Amino acid sequence: MRIAIASGKGGTGKTTVATNLAFYLKHFDNTDVTLIDCDVEEPNSHIFLRPDCQEPKVITVPVPVVQEDLCTACGKCAEICQFNAIACVKEKVLIFPELCHGCGGCLLVCPTGAITEKQREIGVVENGKGKEIKLVYGRLHVGEAMSPPLIRAAKEFSPVTADEIQLIDCPPGTSCPVITAVSESDFVLLVTEPTPFGLNDLKLAVEMVRILDIPFAVGINRSTADNNIVQDYCRTEGIPVILNIPHDRRIAEAYSTGKLILESLPEYHEQFSQVLGYIKGVLS
Amino acid sequence: MKIAISSKGNTLESATDPRFGRAQQFIIYDLDNGTHSTFNNTQNLTSSHGAGIQTAQNIINAGADLVITGNVGPNAFNVLNSAGVKIYLTSGLTVQEAIEKYKKGELENVSSNTVEGHWV
Repeated sequence: MRIAIASGKGGTGKTTVATNLAFYLKHFDNTDVTLIDCDVEEPNSHIFLRPDCQEPKVITVPVPVVQEDLCTACGKCAEICQFNAIACVKEKVLIFPELCHGCGGCLLVCPTGAITEKQREIGVVENGKGKEIKLVYGRLHVGEAMSPPLIRAAKEFSPVTADEIQLIDCPPGTSCPVITAVSESDFVLLVTEPTPFGLNDLKLAVEMVRILDIPFAVGINRSTADNNIVQDYCRTEGIPVILNIPHDRRIAEAYSTGKLILESLPEYHEQFSQVLGYIKGVLS
Repeated sequence: MKIAISSKGNTLESATDPRFGRAQQFIIYDLDNGTHSTFNNTQNLTSSHGAGIQTAQNIINAGADLVITGNVGPNAFNVLNSAGVKIYLTSGLTVQEAIEKYKKGELENVSSNTVEGHWV
């Protein structure tokens, strides 16, 4: 089973929920769990799990190289490129590797076989075990824009097995990196906060998950009794709210020292038990 | 000789567009006979990445020898420079005024990008 923890807005508590759910599964439910941190631009699950990491695996993407003596500057490669990564001007082909998605279209259309590929490093996949939880995470090199290939590599590093639950800590937003992270999940938990930004971006995330047609529910972090904007929206839309983490100073204090909620405040285990119970119910 | 001017409209009285890659339109002005044509850049205005590269490519394909615009980023500069297209800067003028200033030699010619890339 693979559960993705996503959000529209950043900083709502995806990692808090993902790491604590992983901890709950392992230490309260005796279930094997792998957490894959797909927020490869700024992974942070490892800060809370502190894994002993093995040798990182280097991840590359293919980029075209033009052999100038074979190139006739016909411009077909620049024409096929949907990402503006190739320009063909005055008998010369210019390649912009940072924009290349590695689709290989230019190789296919080149009539003289002047294009070959070389591998360009974009980041690494780390893996290890921390607090008895298997952790895999991608780390994109600074300045790189193309995170989906690295996210795919992190997911492929640890395929889902029948005897464990896999959690995906997604990047924020609703664009390609998020779609890549969420895809092939059995359930999506959308984490938000009861603020106008949180609600606005939750609506975008709901639209996304509905298009992907994956069962989902909402979790509210920093929830307060006097603010129901997210609950009201979810009620209107018929979306179940399966997690409420209150705005509790003690949680922030634990967080600030790199501790999980369930390590410092085990009384919150009931919240995570409900999440798991709900998801298992939906998927059974 | 043809000049490509980034423009907010399709006449010589239109304001110049300070953006290059995401300029609304380009006016291609022929210095030899004083005629001009317009060139819609909507496709690049809305592209997610590489607008400067594609706009530069289109301008080169349209046969421009020089560009008058507000700013030019590193990738667009690279493409224009490879094709030997010269770049001149302007701001706050109409297309016609910019052309007149160019003719008098009053526009600044740049030999590198004037702004950094957006994200990549």
